[in-house]
Amino acid sequence: MKRHLLEAADLDRADATLVLDTAGQIESALAGREVKKLPTLRGRTVVNLFYEDSTRTRISFELAAKRLSADVINFSAKGSSVSKGESLKDTALTLEAMGSDAIVIRHQASGAPHRLARWVKGSVVNAGDGTHEHPTQALLDAYTIRQRLGRLDGVRVAIVGDVLHSRVARSNVWLLTTLGAEVTLVAPPTLLPVGVGSWPVAVSYDLDAVLPKVDVVMMLRVQAERMNASFFPSAREYSRRYGLDGRRMAVLPDDAIVMHPGPMNRGMEIAAEVADSARSTIVDQVGNGVSVRMAVLYLLLGGAPEGTT
Amino acid sequence: MTTYLIKNAKPYGEDAVDLLLADGVITAVGTDLSADGAQVVEAAGLIALPGLVDLHTHLREPGREDAETVETGSRAAALGGFTAVHAMANTDPVADTAGVVEQVWRLGQEAGLVDVVPVGAVTVGLRGERLAELGAMADSAARVRVFSDDGHCVADPALMRRALEYVKALDGVVAQHAEEPRLTVGAQMNEGDRSARLGLVGWPAAAEEAVIARDVLLARHVGARLHVCHVSTAGSVEILRWAKSRGVQVTAEVTPHHLLLTDECAETYDPVFKVNPPLRTDADVRALRAGLADGTIDAVATDHAPHAVEDKESEWASARPGMLGLEQALSIVVQTMVEPGLLDWRGVADRMSVRPAAIGRLADRGPDSHGRPLAVGEPANLLLLDPTHRATVDPAALASRSRNSPYAGRELPGRVVATFLRGTATVMDGKAQK
Repeated sequence: MKRHLLEAADLDRADATLVLDTAGQIESALAGREVKKLPTLRGRTVVNLFYEDSTRTRISFELAAKRLSADVINFSAKGSSVSKGESLKDTALTLEAMGSDAIVIRHQASGAPHRLARWVKGSVVNAGDGTHEHPTQALLDAYTIRQRLGRLDGVRVAIVGDVLHSRVARSNVWLLTTLGAEVTLVAPPTLLPVGVGSWPVAVSYDLDAVLPKVDVVMMLRVQAERMNASFFPSAREYSRRYGLDGRRMAVLPDDAIVMHPGPMNRGMEIAAEVADSARSTIVDQVGNGVSVRMAVLYLLLGGAPEGTT
Repeated sequence: MTTYLIKNAKPYGEDAVDLLLADGVITAVGTDLSADGAQVVEAAGLIALPGLVDLHTHLREPGREDAETVETGSRAAALGGFTAVHAMANTDPVADTAGVVEQVWRLGQEAGLVDVVPVGAVTVGLRGERLAELGAMADSAARVRVFSDDGHCVADPALMRRALEYVKALDGVVAQHAEEPRLTVGAQMNEGDRSARLGLVGWPAAAEEAVIARDVLLARHVGARLHVCHVSTAGSVEILRWAKSRGVQVTAEVTPHHLLLTDECAETYDPVFKVNPPLRTDADVRALRAGLADGTIDAVATDHAPHAVEDKESEWASARPGMLGLEQALSIVVQTMVEPGLLDWRGVADRMSVRPAAIGRLADRGPDSHGRPLAVGEPANLLLLDPTHRATVDPAALASRSRNSPYAGRELPGRVVATFLRGTATVMDGKAQK
């Protein structure tokens, strides 16, 4: 592993597989234990530096670090020195001076983790930067697919929805294709970036045509603020054309699964009957998130196995 | 006043001659000149060019003296071989009155390193709502002829039409920052393959091209002069070529950074590469060089944009756009245009001195003229360039008060050895003289 996890695009197949395998080993090591904790990162300090509200991701990282026995500091930008105008650089240097070994950063600006990595000596983990990447989400998604389908090579994945603004989509495009999956992006053209043609994926505007030919459907959250910016005419029309309801779920191959990074807009991009169905991996994804983030922190901080640097 | 005898310089890279500078004027050009009491400048191997004229400089004073002042910017300009720079109007307060343009002009005179030629705002406060008092600025001591809301586009087509018409009476020109604002809300970098991957909001080429297309049609309709700032796309070059072929009175400039750098630079997320308009693609760079070579683009203009450290040492999205340019402009032109054979030294003089001076109406101001030939009787505004010298850019060594050079660590050709403003050495042996 490298010193930082800044983007899934950085991960080669060996690195990505190492994270997934390590997550699996951690999960087995903890299975059946009364005390779900490993001593690996005792005495190390992990800072969760969150410039955006994200209770789910923050809790997941916090649990991951605590289960590895690290000390965890949660630093939320709201109500802190940041709201008094402190720069990202000054905040980072302050945290490092207090002895942080790793900074897990969530930031509304694309590339903020890359800047941070230039300023601090410790490890930086990207927990979501703007509309760029969210690499641990993609790792937990890949882990979940492998868990459910037994493989990633040749798995056909449709990523459906607001690709333009989605860091989850970007990270999954790079990671899943690196791991051998075939990715199709499905969205109205307004929600695909200009330049998507240079990505190693297929693109479709027609969800109904894609569904019968996929093993995984990954639904993306549609943000409320997109609705007033002419990306699509109305929530109802979006839902009719790109929402996953029971009728559409029925045309999926028998063992196909349905994923969502959460939080869901039930009734918008995904119907309740789909989210709660046996095909849905949404709850598994949340649980796997902790294992995968443990693996990432372990590999970055705990000393990687021989031969990997 | 010191008399200078420049020995064996090559005007426009041609045959070596001596030049005698006295009383602010080139008084003799020839071989084996001698002059009693003259300070001799050995210039064997050096190329003499007319003093460069920048149509587009941000000097930040008044308002952001922590980033640049008229004096520090003037020093950077002289070191870059410039003898005149147009100071953009987006200061604080905005240069939208005779009072502010006269202040900037006077500060330039006091610094005495280059002629600082103020640009007046087109609209009050750069707000794009109503015309500033363009006539008052034109009639002031600053003699404003170039009007621009640079940093903002004059987006309202009716207001742009009126501005183009109105400045005809002033022998002026509107220098348009071509950017359709509705297409660039929150834009961070060129929209294309790289913005898609980096997750930075795209600035589409069409947002520039649409405004240029509109404005050349307006300029044709009302018979006015239009100047287009910092052209950055291949499509813009095509539109300008079309307009010129139809006789539209349009001129255009390109920046050094758009001749050299591409959006690949954004991949580091280092905001030193954030600029407006953004760095574009390889294909755009090629088209811009070709456009400058064939004269579709008239001038190289720096868009020198100093920023304080805290405005650049941040996340990409919150950094201010702009980069330094004055001290490296000629080196970039040597690397991108001269060395590949796209421009000869006459061409460099044309695009960096003659044409920008003509656009700014500086060529017919008697002893205060710029962009004149290196000939007897002309104002002694010139520079001496060592074209073989190569050096690595060190931002800490720049004369600008700011450090946001995109060329840090790059080896570039060419060194300005000396610059003369009306016969006074502002730079000698590569060092500013005050």
